Amino acid sequence: MIEELRKKAGELLSSGEVNVVLGYGEGPSNGRVTAVAITDAADVDKLVFDERCDNNLALYLKKPEIVSLGKIAIVAKAADSRAINVLLLENQLIRENIIILGVTLDESESWRKKNTPPIHDHLFGKDGVTGEWEEVDFQKTEELEGMSDSERWAFWQKHFERCIKCYACRQVCPICTCTQCITDKNQPQWIDTSTHEMGNLHWNVTRAFHLAGRCVQCGECTRACPMEIPLELLNLKIAKEIKEQFDFTVGMNAEDAPPLATYKEDDDQSFIG
Amino acid sequence: MAEEFKPKIITFVCNWCTYAGADLAGTSRMEYPAQIRMIKFPCTGRIDPEMVIKAFEQGADAVWISGCHPGDCHYNTGNYYARRRWAIFRKELEFIGIDLRRLKFTWISAAEGRKFADVVEEFVGEIVKLGPFESYRSIIPPKPGPIEEVAVTADTEKDS
Repeated sequence: MIEELRKKAGELLSSGEVNVVLGYGEGPSNGRVTAVAITDAADVDKLVFDERCDNNLALYLKKPEIVSLGKIAIVAKAADSRAINVLLLENQLIRENIIILGVTLDESESWRKKNTPPIHDHLFGKDGVTGEWEEVDFQKTEELEGMSDSERWAFWQKHFERCIKCYACRQVCPICTCTQCITDKNQPQWIDTSTHEMGNLHWNVTRAFHLAGRCVQCGECTRACPMEIPLELLNLKIAKEIKEQFDFTVGMNAEDAPPLATYKEDDDQSFIG
Repeated sequence: MAEEFKPKIITFVCNWCTYAGADLAGTSRMEYPAQIRMIKFPCTGRIDPEMVIKAFEQGADAVWISGCHPGDCHYNTGNYYARRRWAIFRKELEFIGIDLRRLKFTWISAAEGRKFADVVEEFVGEIVKLGPFESYRSIIPPKPGPIEEVAVTADTEKDS
């Protein structure tokens, strides 16, 4: 599979169909992978795809340095492909400028690498793998859901206290594309930016809510957080509510209206007096 | 004997329905507790979850949001979007440990002055029973106030 991927990448570059191929390559240290942007067809053997490839390359599609290179082919696993769908739905990307090289990893346990990418132009791996986009991950929130309000409050305070407002979660998220983030707005200041627990709660709750119906649960925010705050639990809880209340799975295509940008006249209102 | 707790309840209302309903309660001389602090919006669709969090950060013991009944929105669809937004946001707040009894939503029309007064009476009663919002208050940093007196030490007397 990797040989076919490399071959296709080489063809796309030599023919001039794309200016750059964005994928995973061997990293500089620790046997890890890193993102590689290949412009020369001779370099395509750098491309790899295996269990180490967790990072979401869709993040790079909006970076000016990448956009300025021209037409791009991107190696996209299932999680990244869902993010690309969300960005297309929100008119953040020009479809014609991207060629999506879908990849799957059969031996992976996570849908993020195992499932067939919902959007792709070429596929290197198994088609039709659609198992468990969310259901397994949704179970992660059950422990917290079973707690009392004060237990939950204590759990999150213990984590939010440690937030250092580095905004790595925001920077690494492919869906966080706002040119002016609400937390950077200071006239008026909505979210306190110091590392005090009040503003930390506010920031994390707000970011999670602004991703409601948009987050594809790629897990990058949790991986990026230097204080090991379990951010994915917040995003999963919201995604679970979106699924249960509006029967919507984010990122399956680039056409269905986002759940919070639409409504049904008979939406549930049992919580309203 | 402790002073009776007077809760601060921030109320976000839409101009066309609930605000008018509150006005009707007033002109009809209906009596209700004074503990709600009303903020008027053109539509519930304008109310941002940021404002709810801000209210708690400013010391609110409870937040109440009220607008037009579905189908009656002055702007046709604002309250439909608001309904979806609250359905998700309240579950997120519950998940981080906020007691949802402190967050209330109602549809109150311009004709429902009686309902408005009744909801205020009931909600204020509930919050008085629940008490001040201690958990949120515990993370609000204290505001600086006027300096009462300057401490006089041996050194300061020497300087003059």
